[in-house]
Formats: sequence, C-alpha cells, structure tokens
Amino acid sequence: MTLYILCFILLLTGLYGLLISRNIIKIVISLTIVEISIFLMLILIGYIGGALAPVIFQEEVLPHQAVVDPLPQTMVLTAIVIALATNSMILTMAIRLYKKYGTFDIHEISKLKG
Amino acid sequence: MENPVLIFFIFLPFLAAFLIPLLNLFWDQGKTIVLFLVSFVLMLLALIIVINPPQSTQYIPGGWYPVDNIPVGIHLVGDGLSRFMLLIINSIAFLCAIYAIPYVKMFTGQKYFYTLFFLQLAGLNGVVLAGDMFNLFVFMEVTAKASYALVAFGVRKTEIEAAFKYQVMGGLATLFMLFGIAMLYWMTSTLNMADISVVLRNNHAENTNVIHFTQLFFLAGVAIKAAMIPFHAWLPDAHSSAPSPVSAMLSGVVIKVLGIYVILRLFINVFAPSEFLSMVIAVLGGVSMTAGVILAIGAWDLKRLLAYHSISQMGYVLMGIGIGMGVIAGGGSPTTVALTFTGALFHMINHAVFKGLLFLTAGSIEYSTDTLDLRKMGGLARYMPLTMVASFAASMAIAGIPPFNGFFSKFAIIVAAIQGGYHFRAALGLLVGILTLASFVKFQRYAFFGTPRPGVTLKHTPLLMKVSMVTMAVLCLIMSLFIFPEVRAVFLDPAVNTLLETTDYALKQI
Repeated sequence: MTLYILCFILLLTGLYGLLISRNIIKIVISLTIVEISIFLMLILIGYIGGALAPVIFQEEVLPHQAVVDPLPQTMVLTAIVIALATNSMILTMAIRLYKKYGTFDIHEISKLKG
Repeated sequence: MENPVLIFFIFLPFLAAFLIPLLNLFWDQGKTIVLFLVSFVLMLLALIIVINPPQSTQYIPGGWYPVDNIPVGIHLVGDGLSRFMLLIINSIAFLCAIYAIPYVKMFTGQKYFYTLFFLQLAGLNGVVLAGDMFNLFVFMEVTAKASYALVAFGVRKTEIEAAFKYQVMGGLATLFMLFGIAMLYWMTSTLNMADISVVLRNNHAENTNVIHFTQLFFLAGVAIKAAMIPFHAWLPDAHSSAPSPVSAMLSGVVIKVLGIYVILRLFINVFAPSEFLSMVIAVLGGVSMTAGVILAIGAWDLKRLLAYHSISQMGYVLMGIGIGMGVIAGGGSPTTVALTFTGALFHMINHAVFKGLLFLTAGSIEYSTDTLDLRKMGGLARYMPLTMVASFAASMAIAGIPPFNGFFSKFAIIVAAIQGGYHFRAALGLLVGILTLASFVKFQRYAFFGTPRPGVTLKHTPLLMKVSMVTMAVLCLIMSLFIFPEVRAVFLDPAVNTLLETTDYALKQI
C-alpha cells in the first residue's frame, strides 16, 4: 500500500509543479512526472511479489507458480511510446516559442488570454 | 456474426494519411484526389451503416475471439451511439475537407496538412469504435496529437502559444484518463468496457468509494477535453488560432467525440448513472452554458466569439445529459429520459453542422478581408452575399430561431428539464438562448451590415469553399426534419436506445 501512496504523492508533485512553475521547460518536466507516476502505478497493479516474468519457456510452468500480469506491462510500453511522441512534440513547441518570444517565462508569453 | 466494415473507418484514413506524402513525391494532384475520395467514401460508409444498420455490431481484428465468454482481444463496437457519432464525424470531415482544398493554398506544406487531417479523422473514428478502455486512450492520443499539430500549423506567434497551452492541458487530460483506466483495471482486471460494466455491477457494494474516486478522475479528464468552464482556458485560444477548416473540425467534432461521447459511454454505459454524478455533470453543463455565452458577448475576435459559443452549446448538451442521468437515477419516467437524450444528441449533431458552418464562414471572411476583428469589418453583405446567407442561417440555427434545427433540439432539452422537475435549469436554458441570439445579432450587425470600410480589397471566395458552406446551410434547414418520428427512427433512436439501456448494454456485447 505504501508504494501506491508514494505513487500518488509523485502524481501530486507533478500536478503541483504544473500549477506553480513559470518556466516552460519546468512545465514539461512536471507533465513528465505525472506521466511517470501513472506508469509506475500501472506496473505496480500487475506486480506480484516473487512471481515469474510473463514469458513462456519450453519447460512446463508449475501449476502453483504465480506469473506477473503481462497486460499492464504492454499497456505501459504503449503509453511510453505515446509519451515519447508527446514529449518530443511539446519540446518542439517550446523551442519554437523560445525562438518567437525570446523567453521561457509564461508570464511574458501571453498574447492570448484564455 | 462480424461486421468487417467497421475496420475501414480506422484503416482508410490511416492509409490515406501515409499515402499522401508518398504520393506527393511524384504526383502533385494526387493528394487532393486522395483527400476528396477517401473522405467521400468514409462519409458514404457512415451514411450506409446508419441508414441500413448491419446485423452485428462488433468486429474483432486479428481473430482474438472471447475465451469462455471473457473478451481477450480488441473489440470494435459499432452500436447505435457509435454509428451516430461516425455519421457526425465523417460527414463534417468531408465538408471540411473540400473546404480545405482551396483554403490550405495559403500555407506551405499542404501534404502535411492533409496527413494530419486524416490522422485526426482516424483517431476520432477509433475513439467512437473502441470497445475497450485502452484503445479509447490510444485513439484519444492519436486525435489529440494531430490536433495539436494542426492548431500550430500556421506557425505564427499566437498559434504556437495556443498549441502549447492546448498540449499541456490535453496531455494532462489524457493522463487523468489513463489514471482512471489503471484504477478500473485494478478493480475489475479487465479492459473491455462491457466486461468492466458487468464486473462492476456484480460487486457493486464492495468498493463504492473507489468507484467515486475513479469517476472523478475520468470526469476531470473528460471535462478538460470538452472544455467545461473551470477547465476551458485552452479552447478559445486553440479554436481561434487554428486554420478555419481545422477550427470547424475541432469545434464541430473533436470536443464532442473526446468530451461528450466519452462521458456518455463511460458514465451511462459503463458506470451506472448515479444521483451524485448526474448533479456534477448538470452543474458543469449549466455553468459552462451561462459563463460561455457571457464571455462570448464580450469577444471582438470573430473566431474567439464562436469558440466561446462552443463552450456554451456543449454546456446545453451536458446539461441535457445530466438531467437524463438524474431522472434515470431517481427512477423517473423513461419517456422523459428518452426526450432528454434525444434532445442532447440532436443538439450535438446540430451543433456540429452549424458551428462547423460558422467557422467556415469565418474562414471565408478571413480569406477575403484578411481580418477577424469584428470592428474592422462592415458592409460585407454587398460583397459576399453567399457567405452572408450561410452565416445568417447558421446564426439563426445556433440562436434557436424556429425553422432552423437548433430551435427543436434546445426546445427538447428545455421541455425535458421541465418534465424532470428541474425548473431552474429550464429557465437557465431559455436565458442562455436569448443571450446567444444577442451575441449573434452583434456578429451579423458588425460583419455584414453597416457601411463598408473605405479602401478594402476583397478576394473572391473559391468555388469549393462556397459548395461546402451552402451544403451545410441547407443541412441546417433540413435537419429540422429530425423532429418527425419516421426520420428520427433512422438517425436518432438507435443512439438514444443505446443510452437508455444504460448498463444492460454490456449484456448484449458479451
């Protein structure tokens, strides 16, 4: 249970960073922290202490032997690929923003008002 | 047993998306032809499966059939609601596509525009067809990525800024959804929506608190995507900065599919509707409806005005859904529920048409006059009579003036609110209707009437843009026919019936 709570604290840390930081790069980092916390939680959900990796070997697996749930792992793999796209794209935007405005401060980048 | 036509809604746009840049290497006109043909075929397919619904609603790609009635593979589900959404998506996409052909000539790299357009379309079709939670998430991300890039397509200062804002908010929204999905998987050990619904129903009493916690995460994610009022900051920027055909897609389709459709699917078909949640959704809807229209009255940028109205009109739909869920949870009469859901879905398809059209006319005005500031326009009625007629029809439709479609759907929602005993919400609906009319009178007055500015040079609106706008203006009128039971039985009733089944939907799927 402690691990899940720590995960949730990590998520809240990311959210806090997202709310208070003024630097674009720090916003991106905070978003990544939220991402990572959710990936960790997904992995934890499928994890069973002392269980085998979900790979089928030639040898017979004993019937009482527990195997880690492979589904969350595949989900996390997919989500990581998506996160890669997200991060590369959002960083491209950050670079473009820096070139246009000459600053990373979101208070100075405010031609549009919500 | 299976319905393989469903896979084409995802496969064809993906194929077109990656074919276009390749084709462009040696054939210049190829991209336009592919754009036209593929979007036309998709619209026809959607129309065919709505008018002539196939026997089976499922398709399982790869042949991973259920084992002992436990679904293991990816399920594409094309039930009444999904087919209805497919019709909205693909018809609006077709009209936006033919509008975009002349419009994107002002940009460089048109092939990338078409590629992103099809990626967005594939994602949208995937979201409504996804039968499991994780595919829903993946296709939401596909749509969102394409939308971010399309918003920033002009690479001017404001566009990049809007796209960055949209990306941060949108990224957070999908992460909240992923968190919700993780919680659901934890509780139920399955990802299939129908299966989740069955498992949740069987051990309902055990973990009510956890379910509420999960629901709040889903609601936060979806509310950001639907731009409900406390979460709306990205929408006016993103929708007003994007190229006009993309604005029409974003406002007309994307917020509906990623926002409203996911709310409907999750909170009505997967979770059983509860009193608490119906209250939250109706309040979110009511607040967005009122605040959106008040913000719109003060806006001077034409596209920003329209974007605020998107928030307001989505508020109507959401309030209708909230009322319907409240009546279901309170054990009210099924006819009231049917009326609210009919009203909400009807308003959704109406909004797709008239808001799409309004953004297209805004694009046409921008194309001709190079400005979107209402104070710099005036007297355009003389120069652009066709745009004026189209935008007049759409304005009357969104304001709810009788022969146009918007009147009937708003009327249905308000009558349903009175029947359900929510008099305050009905009064709010009427008030917002009047304010909407006021702000569109302002738009018409400043843009088309009055004296023309001296020394303006106007470009001619290209033919394809006119065709698209006229088609939508005609649709605004003929969609009023949906109030007749015979027409409604074809288009709206299958979708409403899917919602009326609530969680019994799951039993049909498995």
